Amino acid sequence: MDSPTPALSFEQPIHDLEVRLQKLVRETDRRPETEQEIRRLRRELAEETKQIYDHLDPWQTVQVARHKDRPYTADYLSLVFDEFVELHGDRHFGDDRALLAGFAKLDRFKVLVIGHQKGRTYKERAACFFGCAHPEGYRKAMAKMRMAAKYRLPVIAFIDTPGAYPGVGAEERGQAWVIAENMYEMSRLPTPIICVVIGEGGSGGALGIGVGDRIAMLQHAYYSVISPEGCAGILWKGHEHAEKAAHALRFTAKDLLGFGIVDNVIPEPLGGAHRDHHQMASRMKIFLLKTLRELIDVPTDRLLSKRYEKFRRMGVFLEEPAAAGAAENCPNSGEFGYDSARP
Amino acid sequence: MMETKKKRGVPEGLWLRCPSCQSTLFRKAVDRLMGVCPECSHHFNVSAKERIRQVLDEGTFEEWDANVMPTDPLGFADKKSYAERLVAEQQRTGLSDAAITGCGMIRARRVAFGVTDSAFIMGSMGSVVGERLTRLVERATQQQLPLIIVSGSGGGARMHEGILSLMQMAKVSAALARYDRAGGLFISVLTNPTMGGVAASFAALGDLVFAEPRALIGFAGPRTIKATIRIELPEGFQTSEFLLEHGYVDRIVPRDKLKSEIARAIDYCGK
Repeated sequence: MDSPTPALSFEQPIHDLEVRLQKLVRETDRRPETEQEIRRLRRELAEETKQIYDHLDPWQTVQVARHKDRPYTADYLSLVFDEFVELHGDRHFGDDRALLAGFAKLDRFKVLVIGHQKGRTYKERAACFFGCAHPEGYRKAMAKMRMAAKYRLPVIAFIDTPGAYPGVGAEERGQAWVIAENMYEMSRLPTPIICVVIGEGGSGGALGIGVGDRIAMLQHAYYSVISPEGCAGILWKGHEHAEKAAHALRFTAKDLLGFGIVDNVIPEPLGGAHRDHHQMASRMKIFLLKTLRELIDVPTDRLLSKRYEKFRRMGVFLEEPAAAGAAENCPNSGEFGYDSARP
Repeated sequence: MMETKKKRGVPEGLWLRCPSCQSTLFRKAVDRLMGVCPECSHHFNVSAKERIRQVLDEGTFEEWDANVMPTDPLGFADKKSYAERLVAEQQRTGLSDAAITGCGMIRARRVAFGVTDSAFIMGSMGSVVGERLTRLVERATQQQLPLIIVSGSGGGARMHEGILSLMQMAKVSAALARYDRAGGLFISVLTNPTMGGVAASFAALGDLVFAEPRALIGFAGPRTIKATIRIELPEGFQTSEFLLEHGYVDRIVPRDKLKSEIARAIDYCGK
């Protein structure tokens, strides 16, 4: 059988139908009954796929988001954009292969694209640490964004990382600092920013290129404060409980839309983005063009105040009416005159 | 998002053992030194309230936003539900969440002051910590006050509030970017431990970054790094001294000098 076993166990029924269908399609001398059977199987396959993918649980979503055939940043760069001119290096340390950056053209728009890259072959994966960026990656992204803002090129950020790289070099070169600085600078970068979580939105590593005017997610992507394995390791004391953690963390696109974190969920082709890169790319293109048209003419002041408000609203807490106005008790000390309150 | 094995705070009782030099210490002697071991200068973790007493002029602190209270937006449960955990932590620590914010005086200089307490769910940042700090930064901007935030968090972004916790990092950072534009002075003080999403947001964004001696500071927890790269970590990895050496900390400030160092920095950056 040349059809490989499915990468995901819950796809077994889909796989079985695909195998049966393939066998029939390959028959050279087809009888009318065979043709009918093929049509029936095709319908059944579509229904089964829809049935399974409409009801993915959070743990299955994680597996789809990590699928080895899922389109990565580099795939979108070649399928969505008319041109990509890669820009390398952070001017401080090196050129991180886990975070790509460069000019790109999308119809009439000239943009800057940044995005995590996971790599498809083992060699590629090793070169970019499976999509885990080092500080030089975040610095490179920020340097190119700053440059883009100077010419008001909109920024498109593709987020797809298990997390920022945890290593000795990464700590020595300020992993915490670069993520913080990127959020800080992106929150006030004077050009439109569109962020799309295309696969894994892994914690601070994702947020390090994740502050923008629109935050979108693919239907089967996930975006989480911590990986389900990491969460399980801490709270359940074992990685084998990752499935439980996945349910508890509420990180699917639907959850995030509900919490008001993401603005758009981009639907994936039937059976997930890994089944049809071209269709996924075409949906991505439609979304990006529509969003660019919405943002391109917004005056910068307004763009930035709306961006601030967007993140300002995030969070859920209770507020008792008591003690309101307490802050006003602290008298204004005047302009940043640090000595003015001294006797 | 990681844990430390070190003892938090100064243990109760008449005598205590220093986890660093193993000396048996008379508790009152440690208290007199603001929670520092008289033998080896090990800095015990101190509570948020104790930190306020140590840094601000007596009786000048006015708390802001104490009425912002945590809830359980995800309906999160591990071995214990988050709602129950919150109540238990509140009873154990006497805090409503992991940050206290407000204003007060430092040697008669008025400041906006925030402090996280590493005893409350590892000092992690959920919606309440994010909201209190953001409001603190916004008021510091409006009232043109110098801003001091003392961080102590082994937990980073709080898992129990999922993505909402992660987004607090962006929210506070955005507020700090506005404060910066308005010309404010932000002094970030890092204490043991400052990790994960707290280290990778407000704690890293100070105009000045001070750290207490020998504090554990970093992005990924040492155990996570060890599990990933499978080599022994270098001696002194992720300590204040390590970060100073690599260029991320302006000054290492012993606890008894913290107040005067802050006051002096304010004077340099003011008039």
